[in-house]
Amino acid sequence: MKATIAAEPKPAVERTRPQEFAAPMVNIFETPDGYALEAEMPGVNKAGLEITLEGNEITIVGRRAAEPENGELLFRERSVADYRRVFELDPAIDTDKISAKIDQGLLTLTLPRSEQVKPRKITISE
Amino acid sequence: MNLIRYQRPDLAWAGFGRLSSLRDELDRLFESPWTELARTPQLLSGWTPALDVHEDKDSFVVRAELPGMKREEIDVSLHDGALSISGERQAVKKHEEAEVYRTERFFGKFLRTVTLPAPVAAEKVKAQYQNGVLTVTLPKTEAAKPKQIDVNVN
Repeated sequence: MKATIAAEPKPAVERTRPQEFAAPMVNIFETPDGYALEAEMPGVNKAGLEITLEGNEITIVGRRAAEPENGELLFRERSVADYRRVFELDPAIDTDKISAKIDQGLLTLTLPRSEQVKPRKITISE
Repeated sequence: MNLIRYQRPDLAWAGFGRLSSLRDELDRLFESPWTELARTPQLLSGWTPALDVHEDKDSFVVRAELPGMKREEIDVSLHDGALSISGERQAVKKHEEAEVYRTERFFGKFLRTVTLPAPVAAEKVKAQYQNGVLTVTLPKTEAAKPKQIDVNVN
């Protein structure tokens, strides 16, 4: 009688990806019109970006675009984690007018102040 | 050489939230003999972009995280089997006079040098900058590639 030995199916090799996110490094400036926020998310393109607004909180999530595998890893400093960070917004910000762009892994958010709260001169009538 | 990436002291708080990665950094130190590969010169500019080195049978691939730069600001050179990636990142001019709420990003000059463990064909080196990641592909010289030798046993 012949015995057949079936090869065990190989367990799927999963790329090690930590569940937690890394916080991107940010610069925030106040400009005459509102605020500008720059967040460093190398490896993320427009498709991997997800920005959500909830109440007065803005959440930025950036998922790294897949990179080709290039054999054996000799040296590693880069993180494989995706990015996530939450910011509380100044109530003066006009949330309808927030705009975002990403260029070479640098996200720039423009957060304009609403017209009502912008400083303005009041003309004095006689 | 630096074992842990240099952080500018006055920005130590910016890195505080990433304390958990310190353990990872230490783990890496002990698991890889290749830490010798990348040498970080003691520059006072404070910016040391993170990089990875991969090797397959034909080439080495070095990837460095350089978000928010322009192609012309990045310099890639090969000298005596060592790859150097250098450049200078400029702060956005229009924000210089704005009121600053948070500065965690690094600006200024950087230089990273990677000593490659095998000879590479300098004329075939390619560099690509996409999504803020610089990828340098360095094909090995024919002599450095692993060879299959058939042995006939009579």
